[in-house]
Amino acid sequence: MGKYILKRLLWIIPVVLGVTIMVFTIMYLTPGDPARMILGSNATEEKVEALHEQMGLNGTYLQRLGRYMKQVFVDQDLGSSYYTGVSVKEQIKARLPYTLRIAGISILIAACIGIPLGVLAATHHYTWIDNTAMFASLFCVSMPGFWFALILVSFFALKLGWLPAVGIKSWTGYILPCLAGAIGGAAGLARQTRSGMLEVIRQDYITTARAKGQTERKVIFRHALKNALIPIITVMGGMFGSSLGGTLIIETIFSIPGMGTYLTDAISKRDYPVIQGGVLFISICFCLIMLLVDIVYAFVDPRIRSQYAGSTRKRKAGKGDKKE
Amino acid sequence: MSGQKKEELLKIEDLVVEYDTDEAVVKAVNHVNLQLGKGETLGLVGETGAGKTTIAKAILRILPDPPAKVRGGRIYFDGEDMLKLSEGKMRKIRGNKIAMIFQDPMTALNPIETVGKQIAEAISLHEKLSKAEVEKRAVDMLEMVGIPGERYSEYPHQFSGGMKQRVVIAMALACRPELLLADEPTTALDVTIQAQVLDMMDSLKEKLDTSMILITHDLGIVAGMCDRVAVVYAGEIVEQGTTEEVFDHAGHPYTVGLFNSLPRLNGTEKRLKPIDGLMPDPTNLPEGCKFRERCPFAKDECGKKDPEIKEFRPGHFVKCVRAGGEER
Amino acid sequence: MKKKKKSHTREILHRLFKNKLAVAGLVVIILLVLAAIFAPLLAPYAYEAQDLTSTFQAPGKAHLLGTDNLGRDILSRLIYGTRQSLRIGVLSVAIASVLGITFGSIAGFYGGKVDNVLMRMLDIYQSVPAMLLSIALAAALGPGLNNAILAIGISTMAEYARMIRAQILTVREREYVEAARAINASDPRIVLKHIIPNAFAPLIVSITMNIGNSILAAATLSFIGLGAQPPLPEWGAMLSAGRSYMRDYGYLVIIPGICIMASVLAFNLLGDGLRDALDPKMKN
Repeated sequence: MGKYILKRLLWIIPVVLGVTIMVFTIMYLTPGDPARMILGSNATEEKVEALHEQMGLNGTYLQRLGRYMKQVFVDQDLGSSYYTGVSVKEQIKARLPYTLRIAGISILIAACIGIPLGVLAATHHYTWIDNTAMFASLFCVSMPGFWFALILVSFFALKLGWLPAVGIKSWTGYILPCLAGAIGGAAGLARQTRSGMLEVIRQDYITTARAKGQTERKVIFRHALKNALIPIITVMGGMFGSSLGGTLIIETIFSIPGMGTYLTDAISKRDYPVIQGGVLFISICFCLIMLLVDIVYAFVDPRIRSQYAGSTRKRKAGKGDKKE
Repeated sequence: MSGQKKEELLKIEDLVVEYDTDEAVVKAVNHVNLQLGKGETLGLVGETGAGKTTIAKAILRILPDPPAKVRGGRIYFDGEDMLKLSEGKMRKIRGNKIAMIFQDPMTALNPIETVGKQIAEAISLHEKLSKAEVEKRAVDMLEMVGIPGERYSEYPHQFSGGMKQRVVIAMALACRPELLLADEPTTALDVTIQAQVLDMMDSLKEKLDTSMILITHDLGIVAGMCDRVAVVYAGEIVEQGTTEEVFDHAGHPYTVGLFNSLPRLNGTEKRLKPIDGLMPDPTNLPEGCKFRERCPFAKDECGKKDPEIKEFRPGHFVKCVRAGGEER
Repeated sequence: MKKKKKSHTREILHRLFKNKLAVAGLVVIILLVLAAIFAPLLAPYAYEAQDLTSTFQAPGKAHLLGTDNLGRDILSRLIYGTRQSLRIGVLSVAIASVLGITFGSIAGFYGGKVDNVLMRMLDIYQSVPAMLLSIALAAALGPGLNNAILAIGISTMAEYARMIRAQILTVREREYVEAARAINASDPRIVLKHIIPNAFAPLIVSITMNIGNSILAAATLSFIGLGAQPPLPEWGAMLSAGRSYMRDYGYLVIIPGICIMASVLAFNLLGDGLRDALDPKMKN
């Protein structure tokens, strides 16, 4: 088990390096010159050159990549904004928690709504409950999250005045962004849970459990749901990625000082250090979540667990089998 | 060996089961009558898709609904019609008085629960025992089927196919059921292991005084284990009698065909004679005798009227117009 | 053989048309296509025609769905918007599937080290959330609808790559591929003639659903100013523009949103229906 976790942890290194190179390359290929944008179109060539030097925009692709990699991994510095001069690292430190919190709470809400809904639909297969739940889910999957956020704002904040329309000064500020972020995930999870449950319910071991005289409730929760949830863990991990993406947009609607507002602002200004640093950090968070998911997966699924368990155990199991 | 004298445990009357699909109604079981005495073993023989498993699952009332629907009939167990029992009462019978062994041990066990727990589950559902006692009993059951008790906390994937089937058997016998429904318990296993598992089932059945319905398509197994045989074809019982009777005096052309498709040890025939054709489409069963299209003796009248079940020889019933009248 | 295939197709269509929701989705898609084709005939006004004397008209007789801050007719803009949405959906999925199929084919076909390296690259690529990658790419390429389409196409290709690779791994040992190899058929030819037809069912379902998802993603990009630029009547951009006036003129936000949702829903319904029709076993 330890070996598996170690292997999985080590894999993070090439991923981070790869993502860094990828993000750098995307920015490198970007047309447009930030130095010129800063100085204005009537600046002299020399001035632009000088600023290039200062910003590290001179040299070949490899030189620049090398410089950036050294800066990030050796000096652990993400640079600072072209415009404000504020350190990107400091900004991310202050902003990332908001984004992660909103994405995390959104996923939790999505799981609390989606999984029970999926179970309900699967256990009422062929009935109106299933049909309604599934149509509603498809409806919500198809809804633009930012649009739903706007609708929520106009109703609960502007019209009723119950909740703040912008900012997160207290916990009430989290309600609308998290709800807006959760809706798509909830619908997606409901659909996944349902199809997973339907798949599992067909399995022989469910019939075995019924044949034992187990109550339908226990058959569903102890035997079916536990098995169906294992792949759902991975789905939820992947969903965290889309939830992060969605949160970025939702933040701009609620003016939340997270990564979303930071990045969108930087994008409009071509503030490379900010874009690079931001994308890199969000990707690292996503990688860590996926790592966690894989480890949890290995813990809950005995088939994978024993695959990585000590070899002594396997040998013992093999011995027993020989008896036949 | 004579089954009729024994006290009756199970009696199925006029059982009809259908599967409703979007396109059509599948007539899986059509007016089946069966009985089983205490301590007796009945072999249910027939091709894949003949409706054998459906009959067994209907007895336990674990057919998936939808699409399966019991459309008629009565299933008496210890004199009580189980089809009329409440779900709660039925649950007290399942796994306790009637248990079932499934065809494929690879998929019959929950992959994420230890085998011990799965056996213990069956015990704790029906017996008021402390947790430790339940566990002790589950370990005993494992050892009874020849698995060391230490393997209690291992998972199904750590067992081979034959060992898994032993676990399934241990689970089924955990509450000492009066009736065991064994649905092709050895078809998924290697030939060498089949015999071991069957021997073990036979001796455990004797030891626990359990009656058994053994579903199989292997006539060799029937000859070795069953007191009586019922031959199922297209959802109907076409022949029923003691094993000796049916083997020595097969009355239905289908049964005869089954025997002819087996290799004989004395090897007089040069080649096997399989039965021509396929079973009729269960969504569109033919009028009259369902076996007509494959029957070498089919006559016009076979297509007009469904043949009645006749007592061909004492205690030996056959559903064919030829039975009783002319000798083979 | 040919006849058998034909009846198989007919059976699939039969199952598809029995599914009312899928048919509803298909009807909406057909309406969208018709609206896109006949936009100049259907739209009561030109999409860019401003009328500063009648801004913020509530839905009424002259303007069925009202006008925006520049007095442009919303209905006309929505009708012209179908052209953008369909273009986004179809083109970005085309880009994604061609890229993905090529990538997956190379990985699956050459196997071994090539496969290993390519798949690890795909893992790295997928550790950037797709939406974020789209945003970064669109930002790098610069604002504009075509760039948004390209960005979405590139950032969603992984699904196709994995699908095709998995398909190749399952069929590569089968006789007909062996046979095709034996007669020296070229690799792209084998992929086109033997592998894609086998992966057809999951591919067509993915493509259908991803058209919807791409419309959604493009609307999101437009919403943050990276997609369609004014005065192009793209629904996400319309929604974004209407946002400033949301408090008083809610319809400016609600109506384009409904259009986005309806078209995405239509593709999802059709995709679901196709999946059930192509693989009836999965339905239960």
